[in-house]
Amino acid sequence: MDGILTILLFFPLLAGLLGFVVNKDSIRAYGIAVASIEFLLSLWLWMSFDVTHAGFQFVENIPLVSDFGISYYVGVDGISLFIIIMATLMTLIGIIALNIKKDIKNLIITLLFLEVAMVGVFISLDAILFYLFWEFSLVPMLYIIGAWGGERRLYAAIKFFLYTFTGSLIMLVGMLYVAYVYHSVSGSWSFAITDWYALILPLDVEKWLFWAFFLGFAIKVPMFPFHTWLPYAHGQAPTVGSVILAAVLLKMGTYGFIRFSLPMFPDASVLYITPVAILAIIMIIYTAMVAYAQEDMKQTIAYSSVSHMGVIIIGTFAMNAEGITGSVFLMLSHGIVSGALFLLVGSIYDRRHTKLMSEFGGLASVMPKYAVIYGIMLMASVGLPLTIGFVGEYLSLAGFYKISPIMTVLAGTSIILGAVYMLNLYKRSFFGPVTHEANATLNDLDGKELAALVPLVLIVVWLGVYPKPVLVPIDNSVKALTSFMHEKAQTRVAKATIVVSKKNKEMK
Amino acid sequence: MLEPISVSLESLNLITLSPMLIAIVGALLILVIDLFKDTLDKTLYVMLTMLILFIDIGATYSLNINERGFFDLLLADGLSVVSQLIILLASLFFVPLALTASNKRFHEYAYPEYFALFLFMVAGFQFMVSTDNLILIFVGLETASLSLYTLIAMHNTRGAHEAAVKYFTMGALAAGFFLMGSVAIYALTGSVELYEIAKILQSQGADESALMLPMMGGVVLMLVAVGFKVSLFPFHMWTPDVYEGSSAPMAGYMSIVPKLAMVVVAMRIFGIYINLDIEAVSYLIIIIAVITMTLSNMMALVQKDVKRMLAYSSISHAGFVMAALALGTTKANSSIFLYYAMFMVTNLGAFAMLWISQHKKKHFDERYDHPFEKFSGMISVSPMAAVIMGIFMLSLAGVPPFSLFWGKLYLISSVVDFAVATAETKYIVLAILMVLNSAIAAYYYLKLVVYMFLKAPLASDTVVYANQSRPLNVVIGVLAMVTITSIFYVQPLLEFITYLVSSSGY
Repeated sequence: MDGILTILLFFPLLAGLLGFVVNKDSIRAYGIAVASIEFLLSLWLWMSFDVTHAGFQFVENIPLVSDFGISYYVGVDGISLFIIIMATLMTLIGIIALNIKKDIKNLIITLLFLEVAMVGVFISLDAILFYLFWEFSLVPMLYIIGAWGGERRLYAAIKFFLYTFTGSLIMLVGMLYVAYVYHSVSGSWSFAITDWYALILPLDVEKWLFWAFFLGFAIKVPMFPFHTWLPYAHGQAPTVGSVILAAVLLKMGTYGFIRFSLPMFPDASVLYITPVAILAIIMIIYTAMVAYAQEDMKQTIAYSSVSHMGVIIIGTFAMNAEGITGSVFLMLSHGIVSGALFLLVGSIYDRRHTKLMSEFGGLASVMPKYAVIYGIMLMASVGLPLTIGFVGEYLSLAGFYKISPIMTVLAGTSIILGAVYMLNLYKRSFFGPVTHEANATLNDLDGKELAALVPLVLIVVWLGVYPKPVLVPIDNSVKALTSFMHEKAQTRVAKATIVVSKKNKEMK
Repeated sequence: MLEPISVSLESLNLITLSPMLIAIVGALLILVIDLFKDTLDKTLYVMLTMLILFIDIGATYSLNINERGFFDLLLADGLSVVSQLIILLASLFFVPLALTASNKRFHEYAYPEYFALFLFMVAGFQFMVSTDNLILIFVGLETASLSLYTLIAMHNTRGAHEAAVKYFTMGALAAGFFLMGSVAIYALTGSVELYEIAKILQSQGADESALMLPMMGGVVLMLVAVGFKVSLFPFHMWTPDVYEGSSAPMAGYMSIVPKLAMVVVAMRIFGIYINLDIEAVSYLIIIIAVITMTLSNMMALVQKDVKRMLAYSSISHAGFVMAALALGTTKANSSIFLYYAMFMVTNLGAFAMLWISQHKKKHFDERYDHPFEKFSGMISVSPMAAVIMGIFMLSLAGVPPFSLFWGKLYLISSVVDFAVATAETKYIVLAILMVLNSAIAAYYYLKLVVYMFLKAPLASDTVVYANQSRPLNVVIGVLAMVTITSIFYVQPLLEFITYLVSSSGY
């Protein structure tokens, strides 16, 4: 099935447009149906994916602006495949758990458009196409935060938009620079990243380009010191907005590092491991401390999410197969776990209309199911063995150990600090006596919420115990990536740092 | 006894004159019709004007490229063809905006002279772009400008009169500077033909310091004239007031057509210097361009009125274009036309959206016609209008895949190319300044989107889109469709523009 990516991309778009016709009362069922079909399509993509093949599959290439080398060029490999599946899954879960009555039709249609942008980013193999979806994803998110958010939603929405927009425009300059270099070397215009991979850039050019792309991706991740938009966005966004933001939109940044920065600028990436890792460690420790200091449950999770993104960065810049595989896996687990945590906070907020930890206490005796699921997700977030969080975090840190043991130890504090603030949250909200009258009569999770959360719990346990079906395809593609980087690297330091695994796979 | 001059009709090559002639004859035709029967409705004149513009587009399109005619005064090169096509298309979208629901409220359209003047103005702009003779450029500029002042004043509100007088004063000043600049250049080279001037400057060489000073004088005077017309810093002060005073479609039209015509003239004049590698000229233009876009962006941030915001935004877009003009590469020059073609549909659409919300009285604010509050909560009042205006705003901000994104992409790409090709970091800095400016600009475009989509509607029973009518809706619909579907036609458009620009050697 060659056109599956096109179907995957345009199905939500078409469904979103048709959604304008659907009646307001039936739109939720419509949204769930469309998102389920899209999720099944992405599963079908996985089924037909050849796991032994490391390069891009289901490639389609249609020129759009041939004079300028822009084409509709899409494909997936092991790295992007599971992020796409996670994106469609989290959209589905987000729509199932939706608890908003106001303008629900607009919300569902916006979510479907957002899904187009998300799928588009991860399947694009053309830089301009990538940029197009990357920027377009801002618009639905702006609307979701701004229209259904909390008190200061406008401020949060605009801050979110402007931060990302600025960073990505700088990245666009970098892209145009690479395109021109490619043009002057080969004589034709191309924005296809597979063409760009083949381009060997002079080292000082590589350095500058690395930072141009870095700025675009780092703001999206968000890395310290560009992270200030995220707590606002999470604080104000409605539950479904936070779920998608944490689960998928942030992953665009880390995915960008793996898809663009590493293979295009291997020397610069190796050169800048230390500054990037220092930023990531600051991000891990500092935001973990900030998370501990929060009174608001959602803010704690928002900051913990930033902290874990730091581990993903550490893994990415480990420059060996373990680290990068770990970071890709951590992207998935972080998406599922933080998405689930935001859903859980959302459901308690719906009941009590507050997210302050001091308002709760003793919830475990009132809402046992809720407490169990919350507990599992907390443990997964901290990185307890046999949960999904452990695999990625372990691999990332193990990978980075080869670069610098000291920095790995510092980064490893994320597990300890994470346990501190998460258990503190759990203790204050769930254990002890019921301190507030209003909490004594709270209902436990209802069917809708269970339908959204139980699949996530199952995934957390399944992939925690047996991650192999997901890890193998990722690992294949990552090994091909590292061996490609090793070959491409010009400096000796870079050649020495980028470790090639024994089982090499050719990369296309 | 003078020798009789014999001129054969063939050598005049009158076909090069046909586009302007069509517009002029059309204008006279409208006046003649009015002479015989003066009770005819404006719909007749609107349709007639549109038909004449159609024929004009056909005539322009079928011109042979790179031919001279009419005593070598006219030059039908690619630059002139592509800019005339953009001017005519913008006019074609502009004219039907006269078909408002009520005949009485905007009575400028009741006068047939309005449409005659309009066609004269179009002819003036066409003359301006299709010649490289400084005198004919001046004549075209003045024909067009004088008609334009009158058209603004015919809107017949107090603001319109103020706007027309303000624009007239500034325009007269600009014309004066243009003439002085031409005189300086003529004194230096003894010619008013730009291709002659280029030849003479080339043979003299640009290094002669004795020549440099007067030549720079000519450049600076010309730049002042261009600056007034294209609204570059520090000659941009008139723009917001004039746009505010004139009717919305006229403001939209002014943000495109007169500027494009003047940009073509600037391209012809400054192109000579840039081709001679006189760096001072390109630096001067770039510095002015950067200040223009930055300053006007800052000003646009604090505006309370959408129309004034769009006025400042159009100044900043002009700064963008001028930055590319200073490079002088084929790609940069093509990108200017791509930019203007894309800007035209979006900006005309945005101003047309303001037009359908125009009221006779100022219901929402004491001073402004279109305060931001007026559009609060549009998404729940009239969702379609909010979505369309939102798309225009996002396009102006450069969000893909809407039309202006492609213009911006290609333009910034031309700057980056120039930086890599010449290995000069300062052009990379220029590109970064340009994208940072785009990011600043995104804020004020977003502000309107936020008002429309995210705020609660005003508790007012005044209908915002009171000026709506079916023809206006059709025009806006077409403009919106063109904005949205740009990804599908940008390739042929780019090919066409690049072919025309490169064939005339720019």
